[in-house]
Amino acid sequence: MRPLNHPVSGHRLEPPLTRPVPPPRDPAPSRIAYRLHRLWLTPLVRILLRRVLPVAALVAGLLAFVATPENITRAHEGLTELRRSIEQRPEFMVVALRIEDASPELAEDIRELTSLTFPVSSFDLDLPHLRAEIEGLDAVGRADLVIRSGGILEIRIDERVPVAIWRHREAVELVDVEGRRVQGLSETGGLPPLPLIVGDGADRAVAEALALIDVAARWEDRIAGLVRMGERRWDLVLASGQRILLPEREAVAALEYVIALDGAHDLLNRDFKAIDLRNSARPTLRLSPEALEKLHLMRGPGRGDDS
Amino acid sequence: MAQLYQSQRAMRNRRQAALQRGVVAIIDVGTCKIACLILRFDGPQRFAGADGVRSSAGQSSFRVIGAATTRARGVRFGEIETMRETERAIRTAVQAAQKMAEVRVDHVIASFSGARPRSYGLEGVLELHDGPVGDHDIARVLAACDLPDLGTGREALHAQPVNFVLDHRSGLQDPRGQVGHRLGVDMHLLTVDTIAIENLLHCVKRCDLELAGVASSPYASGISALVEDERELGAACVDMGGGTTSLSIFARKHMIFAETVRMGGEHVTSDISQGLQVPMATAERIKTLHGGVVATGMDDREMIELGGETGDWELDRRTVSRSELIGVIRPRVEEILEEVRARLDAAGFEHLPAQRIVLTGGASQIPGIEGLAARILGQQVRLGRPLRVQGLPSAAAGPAFASAVGLCLFAACPQDEWWDFEVPHDRYPARSFRRIAKWMKENW
Repeated sequence: MRPLNHPVSGHRLEPPLTRPVPPPRDPAPSRIAYRLHRLWLTPLVRILLRRVLPVAALVAGLLAFVATPENITRAHEGLTELRRSIEQRPEFMVVALRIEDASPELAEDIRELTSLTFPVSSFDLDLPHLRAEIEGLDAVGRADLVIRSGGILEIRIDERVPVAIWRHREAVELVDVEGRRVQGLSETGGLPPLPLIVGDGADRAVAEALALIDVAARWEDRIAGLVRMGERRWDLVLASGQRILLPEREAVAALEYVIALDGAHDLLNRDFKAIDLRNSARPTLRLSPEALEKLHLMRGPGRGDDS
Repeated sequence: MAQLYQSQRAMRNRRQAALQRGVVAIIDVGTCKIACLILRFDGPQRFAGADGVRSSAGQSSFRVIGAATTRARGVRFGEIETMRETERAIRTAVQAAQKMAEVRVDHVIASFSGARPRSYGLEGVLELHDGPVGDHDIARVLAACDLPDLGTGREALHAQPVNFVLDHRSGLQDPRGQVGHRLGVDMHLLTVDTIAIENLLHCVKRCDLELAGVASSPYASGISALVEDERELGAACVDMGGGTTSLSIFARKHMIFAETVRMGGEHVTSDISQGLQVPMATAERIKTLHGGVVATGMDDREMIELGGETGDWELDRRTVSRSELIGVIRPRVEEILEEVRARLDAAGFEHLPAQRIVLTGGASQIPGIEGLAARILGQQVRLGRPLRVQGLPSAAAGPAFASAVGLCLFAACPQDEWWDFEVPHDRYPARSFRRIAKWMKENW
């Protein structure tokens, strides 16, 4: 047993096992914190800080940015560059042109007209404008432009078919059924085997002219052409210079009548200048002067005024 | 007195402004805790019937939207002692309540229990000349009360007309419109130390708040803890607080007496601390958990560990039996109650038709106190809890919050006081009449 008061050598006094008692917790807001809290609870300040201030800061920033012109140009350049980089992606590039249903000459014409240099971005292609340009060609009736997958611009052409040669004051042209010019004919080139129509306004009645030519098929080698008279009716001109004046309406029926007469009486080999069918109630035959003389002689004197 | 009249009227106007704005704060400055409630006024009958709250005392026109309690600092015997500390405590409570309510309050109504309240019964008589009694006559009869010498440094806190006499009819609540020749009034005047009000005003001002009313804590706990019948027939409310035990006597729906005993729960705690030689915090915990005033045989066997952090094993492992604890608590509680008895006797409480006594306040939560109080104060003792108020958290609905809740009711519908009536014209200083006469002479 060790005496209680005996000092132990080398044994230092142990610190107490318990922690020092902390001062009682006494939270109280400082005056500044209290005032700020009250300020924050003020409705006006709250609205200002939460609604007005962010919007004002945003607007001010935008205005400061816009105030210097370099910023605008730089932003514009950046946007353009971005747009460019998207447009130039390979997915949007057109690399080839394919023209379908067109004669080789026309295709060549179209290639020259569009004058595209591939590759080109599909954003840069103005298809409606291109289409209008192609349809501006005489030989083209309709053009459909489609960008196919794989970057191919396909142009499908509906070509006009020439059905007649139209000679008018300025030139000689090939026209289609609707009377639209397909191609001009040069002086030196030979004529294609197509019926000839002549006169102002002939292009507006090509279909009727074709019907007439159809009816007069048995005279094929004798027909010189059709002449549009006064932009309202047709004259059928034969190779011998004889004319058949057709009426304005029901010209086909009138021509069939003449053909029937020809079949019955061999009319075309007679010596006349013109058959006038303009008045269907009174078809008239105009004879040549020699034939008229001969008729007078046959009928005897005194009856010369009878034609 | 005129200055007091003006300041009280200004507070009434501020209260009106606060009600217009719809938000007002309540601060109950106690010795143990400072409670802050924030009320929102949304118009009468808005919350009627909700949550079982009925409109018996005007409490249906508001709801509590923020509540906070903090440990009181710098308050002794219900009076502000250290201004800085009290200001910090008020700031803490108000900020926490504002945070809960998410609204900023500018007007507060405060109450405190100390400052040696003293009650006076005043009497005034006025000969009426013609016609029925009007507001003007009431103002005149109130002004006709002969004011006793209040003493230096005293100020009136409440001045409520409690009874009107018209000719030979007494017990009138409101004589307006009645015809008579002689109007008399009994007024209850409660005075407190001026310095206490000024300190409170200063603390509140330092917190950027405006005082919209001051009430005495016994009055506030009386209107919240007493039911209507008790207030009508006569009852005393004993609010056993931390540093003071305040008592108020009500009869005919008016407070007729208020007094403070400068002893409370903190004295019990300090007795335990001294008697059992434990720190105050431990003493408070032991009192709250194991306290009581009536010892039984069972309590001899129930041992309470006192605990401790000193590091001395012998000291930290002490135990006391509950009987010993009760032996410490009981004499102090008896002393408080006897003091209350003496004050009640001095006030003539036994002459009231009913002698109901209601115990409320934090210290009334000691188990068995109603038996002890019945032995000292009389048979008609009950424990009172404050009235239910819409939106009050349950943590703030106990008897310790009686005066805070009473202050809410005071804010919602205050009783008519002297300063609610216009100053009678003959009380204006003569100088102003002279000025009017001069102006007349100059202009006509």
